[in-house]
Amino acid sequence: MTLAPDHKPTFANLSLTDRLGKAMPVILVPILIVLGFVAIGAPSSWLTLTVSGLAMGMMIFIMASGLTLVFGLMDVINFGHGAFISVGAFVGVSVLIALGDWTGAASLLLNMAAILLAVVAAMAVTGALGWGFERVIVKPVYGAHLKQILVTVGGLIVIEQLIYVIWGPDEIFINRPEMLKGAVTFAGAAMEKYRLLAVGIGLVLFIAMRMVLRRTKIGLIVRAGVENGPMVEALGYRLRIVFVGVFIAGSALAGLGGVMWGLYQEVIAAGMGEEMMVLVFIVAIIGGLGSVEGAFIGALLVGLLQNYVAFLEPKLALVSNIALMTTILMWRPQGMLPVVKAK
Amino acid sequence: MSEPILSLRGLHTDIAQYHILQGVDLEVPRGQVTMLLGRNGVGKTTTLKSIMGQWSAKSGQILYDGQDITRLPVSARARAGIGFVPEDMGIFRDLTVEENMVLGCTTGPLDPARKDWLLSAFPALGTFWHSEAGNLSGGQKQMLSIARAMVEERKLYLIDEPTKGLAPAIVSTMAQALRELKAQGASILLVEQNFSVARALGDSAAVMDDGRVIWTGEMAELAANKDLQERLMGLSMETH
Repeated sequence: MTLAPDHKPTFANLSLTDRLGKAMPVILVPILIVLGFVAIGAPSSWLTLTVSGLAMGMMIFIMASGLTLVFGLMDVINFGHGAFISVGAFVGVSVLIALGDWTGAASLLLNMAAILLAVVAAMAVTGALGWGFERVIVKPVYGAHLKQILVTVGGLIVIEQLIYVIWGPDEIFINRPEMLKGAVTFAGAAMEKYRLLAVGIGLVLFIAMRMVLRRTKIGLIVRAGVENGPMVEALGYRLRIVFVGVFIAGSALAGLGGVMWGLYQEVIAAGMGEEMMVLVFIVAIIGGLGSVEGAFIGALLVGLLQNYVAFLEPKLALVSNIALMTTILMWRPQGMLPVVKAK
Repeated sequence: MSEPILSLRGLHTDIAQYHILQGVDLEVPRGQVTMLLGRNGVGKTTTLKSIMGQWSAKSGQILYDGQDITRLPVSARARAGIGFVPEDMGIFRDLTVEENMVLGCTTGPLDPARKDWLLSAFPALGTFWHSEAGNLSGGQKQMLSIARAMVEERKLYLIDEPTKGLAPAIVSTMAQALRELKAQGASILLVEQNFSVARALGDSAAVMDDGRVIWTGEMAELAANKDLQERLMGLSMETH
């Protein structure tokens, strides 16, 4: 066979500015941590706030990762995602209450077993609920954004009302398992045990998700589908089935996030998912819709900034994340790590 | 003569309010390269996309390998053995060259012998094997698009303008790769505006106008008849 012309390609030596430009979203998190240190001054307070911010960010990431993939893969705007957060929290907390002996015991093993069962139950229920939600509510409105917003908001309201029917109208207060109460002290800084656990779980989930997306065939199909769904189908893959799978996984992750957020706040309410959706959307948008890595960085920025600002200037805490979103979108209108969609 | 690998019978396709295909009748013989020719905007790309299922046919029939695939979903048509190289190449920019190729393998892992063959045809792909496909040049992207379609054996290839905008040296590489593909027994339906490529590769030809096939015959016959070319396509192949 005739060989193609010998191109002898050379690889460009990028300047420091170019390299920084590409890596900028990744280094924003350490930059924010350093800025936080400079602004706060006291190392122990800074360390406590940083762990708290990272824990919050990890939980928001868990809730947002499914939403961003669902949007990226099938262009579906799902405002009903918040319902899975609330349902997950209620199912998980119900399991924890039922396992009161385990959560009240001074045994890390029993405490963790209770949390594990609560998480499994929450993810199973929200995963199944997500499947039904996709079939009944989302499927009829593919390709119609306005209808998607209307029907998914409607679905959110219906599910919230069902929570009132099943669990009653009152908030439910929950105590963390015995061994996760309190804090550990390091270098004079108090760090809540539960927040450290949340950071660990979030990190493990992010690494696992990245491994699945980067190292497996199904991950490859999802990444390709986010970029150019019709071509993935033309290669022989049934993208609809992949999408339903991602929707179920995303709903289950929202359920997991709901349990973790409930234990973080130590109180749950039917409207908690709806309230969280503001942060979840901010994270998905500034990360770049469809990008799991972008959502991860975005979530950490949101969590850290909110904690630092709440300490430094509490009145500004509420607007800090909107300001963050505005700034990032002025810098990168498609988000930090946008997925290049095929035209 | 054996049954054609693909037959279109009275195919009509609408895109939004436009009636693009207005009764396409076409046969693609097995093991041959069939050129689909015609001026811009006559429905060549829509014909390929209708065969692939990316545009739903409003009426008519698509028979592939003896089976009616008119209402099959896109993925089922691909799994039945139709490889598609769209005009926009359809490569995944955020994925590496290797990942693009792996995605082309729907029945198993990437066959090393097949990979070696493709990399000998398109060595630039080997050089950039671990680079993101979005960083490739236009010609390299086109090579990747064709190599991905060829990474597994298919019965029929639908290829839309593979040489568009490419340098002559790369065009000849493409043509050679398609010749080898044909030598392996594959059938190819090729939309091509480059008449020298069409002349060199085509066994048979179909000329479209206004959403219909207005002429079919041997490529050699069309290439030899200047009057016919001017009557069918409004210009002579010699001008290209």
